[in-house]
Amino acid sequence: MEAQALYASLEKLFPGKVSNFKGDVKEPYFTVTSAALIEICRFLHNSPGYRFEVLSDLTALDWPKEEKIQVVYHLFSYSQNHQIVVKVDLPRDNPKVATVEEIWKVANWFEREVYDLFGVIFEGHSDLRRIMLPEDWVGFPLRKDYVEQEEYDGISTQRAPLVEKLLR
Amino acid sequence: MIQNGAFAGMPKEVVYAIAMVVTALIVLSAFVAPLAGVTSWLERRVWARMQSRVGPNRVGPQGILQWLADGIKNLLKEDLIPTAADAKLFSLAPYVVFMGFLCSFVVIPFGGSLIVADLNIGILYILAVTSLVVVGILMAGWSSNNKWSLLGGMRSAAQIVSYEIPAGLAILTIVFLAGTMSMQGIIKAQGWAPWDWFLFHNPFTFGAFFLYFTAALAEGNRTPFDIPEAESELVAGYVTEYSGMRFLFFFFAEWGNLYVIGAVATTLFLGGWQVPPWLVSENHPLLLGIAQFVTFFLKAYMWVFVAMWVRATLPRVRVDQLMALCWKYMVPLSFICLLGTIGFMFMSDQGQRIFGALTLGFAIATMINFFRRVGFQIREAKPELYFKPQI
Amino acid sequence: MSDPAQAKSGFYTEDMTISVGPQHPSTHGVLRFVVRTDGEVINEAIPDVGYLHRSIEKIGEKVTYHGYVPYTDRADYLAAMFANQAFCMAAEKLAGTEVTRRGEFCRVIACELNRLASHLISVGTFGQDIGAMTPFVHALRERETINNLMEEICGARLTYNYIRIGGVGYDILPETCTKIIEFLDHFEPIVDEFNRLLSGNKIFIERLAGVAVISKEEALSYNLVGPNLRGSGIQWDIRRDIPYSIYPELDFEVPVGTAQVGALGDSYDRFWVRVREMQESVKILRQCLKMMPKGPAISKVPKKFRPPAGECYARVEAPRGDMGFYVVSDGSEYPYRVRIRTGSFTAMSIIDKLSKGIMVADLIALIGSLDVDAPEIDR
Repeated sequence: MEAQALYASLEKLFPGKVSNFKGDVKEPYFTVTSAALIEICRFLHNSPGYRFEVLSDLTALDWPKEEKIQVVYHLFSYSQNHQIVVKVDLPRDNPKVATVEEIWKVANWFEREVYDLFGVIFEGHSDLRRIMLPEDWVGFPLRKDYVEQEEYDGISTQRAPLVEKLLR
Repeated sequence: MIQNGAFAGMPKEVVYAIAMVVTALIVLSAFVAPLAGVTSWLERRVWARMQSRVGPNRVGPQGILQWLADGIKNLLKEDLIPTAADAKLFSLAPYVVFMGFLCSFVVIPFGGSLIVADLNIGILYILAVTSLVVVGILMAGWSSNNKWSLLGGMRSAAQIVSYEIPAGLAILTIVFLAGTMSMQGIIKAQGWAPWDWFLFHNPFTFGAFFLYFTAALAEGNRTPFDIPEAESELVAGYVTEYSGMRFLFFFFAEWGNLYVIGAVATTLFLGGWQVPPWLVSENHPLLLGIAQFVTFFLKAYMWVFVAMWVRATLPRVRVDQLMALCWKYMVPLSFICLLGTIGFMFMSDQGQRIFGALTLGFAIATMINFFRRVGFQIREAKPELYFKPQI
Repeated sequence: MSDPAQAKSGFYTEDMTISVGPQHPSTHGVLRFVVRTDGEVINEAIPDVGYLHRSIEKIGEKVTYHGYVPYTDRADYLAAMFANQAFCMAAEKLAGTEVTRRGEFCRVIACELNRLASHLISVGTFGQDIGAMTPFVHALRERETINNLMEEICGARLTYNYIRIGGVGYDILPETCTKIIEFLDHFEPIVDEFNRLLSGNKIFIERLAGVAVISKEEALSYNLVGPNLRGSGIQWDIRRDIPYSIYPELDFEVPVGTAQVGALGDSYDRFWVRVREMQESVKILRQCLKMMPKGPAISKVPKKFRPPAGECYARVEAPRGDMGFYVVSDGSEYPYRVRIRTGSFTAMSIIDKLSKGIMVADLIALIGSLDVDAPEIDR
């Protein structure tokens, strides 16, 4: 199904919950309010004609200038061979959104990664803890304003500049 | 020497005892230790050739002293005992395993009169003494204070104890046929020619041979049954915490055990050290002794080769499949072989000879098929084949 | 924590918690599983990843587009060409750059050779995990020849930095093409020999048939890709269904699991799909080498590569599945965000669920059959 037609039908079915459609870019996307995310994702997963069985990717983008963190869902359908990108805007100081783990089980790990690297809290997640970094790491590295901690477990994370090392 | 009164003044039993101990020492140090070592080198060369690489060829001519270098290096290593491990059991375990395999060399018949002690329960003694290995492995697995080692030790204990039964029943088949448990007695009950061997005596002993060989491989922790030391699963199973010479002891016992398997198989099924009387007559005892020794050694070592090929080729069996194989398939089959042989013994002489000839014919057909298959693989092999043994 | 049923019988047992890895001969890289077992049977296997996390995605925000290509190699060092290609495709899509035709052919040749190398390692180490050491060494022997060919093409044996934005870094010389054809002639019967040695082995089949079956719904819900997905019977291959580069002009089959032994979607099916994919790659390579046109290998791309603001998602069919690069650009010469989505990450997520009730030995077979690769998971 064409992205434009898909968005048009979604606008009719969920008025007010979807917005901001960009169709003339390489990956057409539209934005969804965070409250309506589960509803729309479930609809996209289940209903015939859309059938997005696969959550290809779940990631996040950090826009500090616009004070928002965008969680990006890439949905794909093998049976219909079409794809769409769904974005959710979250406030940067309190990013919370519901989990889509019930719909696509792979979201469990994707959301853990987004939590680990961006700090987005997924409500309803069965096991939200850090996945790549150690459990006691402080901070969310992929944010644009991330400053690395001075030392971890007694080992310094700063590296002396090379010239100093040579002169020593 | 004794009759010449060389040991005057000492009771005969003491002299015999001392002679036995000295002979055992000579056999063990001059024969077993280099044998296990050279088997380790040979195994690495054979595997390497099967995997299109070279293997150790630097230390000594063609690398034949590699095992000596390994042994010396391991002796010089730091003696590590983990703090939380049970130090006494930890240090004792390799020796128990080693003992379990060394003791069986006492009754291996290398020639007509070349045996340390011809016990009249020879084969039963071997079965009993190789079970000491289980105790050693369990000690090693438990005292390492390591869950992986414990898993390996448990698996190994279950495996060895289970596979004693098909091995024992297959051996019992031959004991019935020969009428004696003494090793020399069993050999003397066979002849030198293939059709006089117990292997081709009747179809049931033919089956018993394969059952014995498979069960013995399982007892020796060799692939496809090497789960206790499965490197990819349990890091190294019950030897994980061992290093240095203690580590080598376990493997020493494994390589030496290969020879014991081959020796027992040769004794029971392949006619042992019997040489054709028209080749070397009884008038030259020295020559006869050497010929018998060479025959026995070559026959036994052939099975060591086969065990090496099997290890390089086959993947590993999972532990529950291994247990199922033993109890559900091999034990009933070995019972059938035993009962079949007993029934066979009641058949008339004519019938026995016919069956013997049929078994021999079947075995020859299998050999021909095997060599045809080898030829096929050689023709189809795409990588360059390199047949010279030296590099 | 003993089983309630056992507690009722009065026999108190405890679960054993062991840690598979991070130093372990067969976890395909630095992975760790905390396994709770009841004897041999696993109750729970919790993966613990992150030992190889090198923050490649964060580095993408600090280096230029051209300078990022060597970093993509390390995203999966066994299939480095594909990561290169995916990133370059994403950058080209953003900027609208055309790739020269000869460049596309060089890309496909390099990628399919890399697919052969990666699958050889995969099936070889899988055999070794099951216990057969010889097929592993034979597979590595063939891979040595491929590494030598790669060295002739681009100078490196493992992390290539060959596929650049706009084409490829160096042209493939005619002598190399001849050597590739010689290698293919030598390699095709080797797969048959490998099958005779390993795939047809009864012990091997017994170990794998019916072990860790993944149904179609699970495969889709857990977003398995590549041979894992096709092993469960789903017909999906990006080279055929979302074609990129010159794959529409090439003629090849896509092998799918057919429950040859045991159930559909068991470990043997995934292994068999990989073996068949090797044979298909040989076919593709022969066609490419025949059809190769003349011309420049790389189109003119500015040194300061500055694509317009936007975002783009490019997928390639890597040996471990669909590798997707999501590149967001804000108009400057540094990417705003690079996101690498790999097949092994999602394959790890299913291990926790599949491992209930199987044995420790089967867990190793499962990890090997899913062909997880630590650098892909952690990036």
